[in-house]
Amino acid sequence: MASLKLFLKSSVGRKFLVAVTGLGLSGFVLTHMAGNLLMFVRPEAYNTYGHKLTSTPLIYLAEAGLLAMFLIHMGLALKLALENRTARAMGPSQNPSTCEKSARFGSQYMALTGVLVLVFVILHLISFKYGTYYAVTYNGVEMRDLHRLVIEKFKLPLYTGWYLVSMLVLFVHLAHGFSASFQSLGLFSVRNCLIKKLGWAFAFLVAGGFFIQPIYGYFYGGN
Amino acid sequence: MKLKLKIWRQEGPSSPGKFVDYDMDHVSPDMSFLEMLDVLNVGLVKKGETPVEFDHDCREGICGSCALMINGNAHGPETGTATCQLHMRRFKDGDSVIIEPWRAKAFPVIKDLATDRTAFDRIMAAGGFISTNTGNAPEANSILIGHDTAESAMDSAACIGCGACVAACKNSSAMLFVSAKVSHLAQLPQGHPERAKRVRGMVTQMDNEGFGNCSNTGACEAACPKEIKLENITRLNREMVRAVFKD
Ligand code: SF4
Ligand code: FES
Repeated sequence: MASLKLFLKSSVGRKFLVAVTGLGLSGFVLTHMAGNLLMFVRPEAYNTYGHKLTSTPLIYLAEAGLLAMFLIHMGLALKLALENRTARAMGPSQNPSTCEKSARFGSQYMALTGVLVLVFVILHLISFKYGTYYAVTYNGVEMRDLHRLVIEKFKLPLYTGWYLVSMLVLFVHLAHGFSASFQSLGLFSVRNCLIKKLGWAFAFLVAGGFFIQPIYGYFYGGN
Repeated sequence: MKLKLKIWRQEGPSSPGKFVDYDMDHVSPDMSFLEMLDVLNVGLVKKGETPVEFDHDCREGICGSCALMINGNAHGPETGTATCQLHMRRFKDGDSVIIEPWRAKAFPVIKDLATDRTAFDRIMAAGGFISTNTGNAPEANSILIGHDTAESAMDSAACIGCGACVAACKNSSAMLFVSAKVSHLAQLPQGHPERAKRVRGMVTQMDNEGFGNCSNTGACEAACPKEIKLENITRLNREMVRAVFKD
């Protein structure tokens, strides 16, 4: 017990928790992205998926878990980032002049990209989860017509632009974060060839998947 | 070759410090970087000015004392090279060169470019050793160590404790150094009896010294003159998890 407490208080232990929750949240964005793609099957499939997901009581458990992961991930990461600023005190007057001596892509901006993703998530929940409720009935079952709301939102160029920029930010965050988690867990180094490829592939897949919906909504929405 | 130097001058730990410009003429491309600074200092002494303070000892890349941030690169532009092994042929005529000390709260500046890196010694004292009874050397073949293990442990042991990893890291994290020391002993049977205690002690000391938290940026590995690999950090994290289950 004493050694567990020491672990969780140490820098290594807290980074471990950031990594575990980060991977959990990565799993969430991946399934969310896959769910979005149902829109291209049929509006009905998309809406029914949303309806099924929100009508099971398990959703509350899942949402609570998700919220907990978010809070732990953000809270700890911000605390660590603030400590890091104190530890640095004053940086060198310039960044490395040689490319070989620079850090991994995205790794220098994790706090910034993380905060931007948080802002996006809050606005995203306001626009969709707590947004306008349109109803639609399939086979006598009334459910929310989320498809209509999505198409409506992505017809607005400003909204689509902001969404795409946010997904680019998410890409940068994941490009470092996903693979770096494995190092924090003590499993694989970020220099491990497979993990490196997996990290890029994951970031491309998730951000790329999230790109399709707004672009489709903007160009083809309503036709 | 002519160079424009911009060197950090600071009277003492609590003085503010600032960059001072120095023009160097007649720099030979065959000089080492530290020899170039020696020439500068001889000139300063002749003029009755205080020479620039900088750390150095072996001048052959094994002691880890030389510690300069050169144009934002810890130990200069060359990879796998300590400042003392850097030659002026790496620079061009007319280049401007910014020279700063390591910048980290845990490495306070003593004077000019010299920093106090005793925090590393205290981390070592917290577990970077094995406790053995002294006496006759044991029979070498009584503890067999495979070739790959020996090589890998030796790679970790190559760390010279220079602190470039801390200086290069935006978090001022000492993880590469600590991980090299922990890895070196964790891989060898002699290090096993104190394995859990060692990693706990060293990590706790590292945190207490005010080093930052590793965010796996890889800047340390890129700066390390001994090419200590990030795999060591992965191993250190693993050792910490392992230590939770061992008392
Ligand atoms: S790990 Fe490399 S950069 Fe860090 S102290 Fe050891 S030799 Fe220097
Ligand atoms: S002076 Fe000893 S390593 Fe550079």
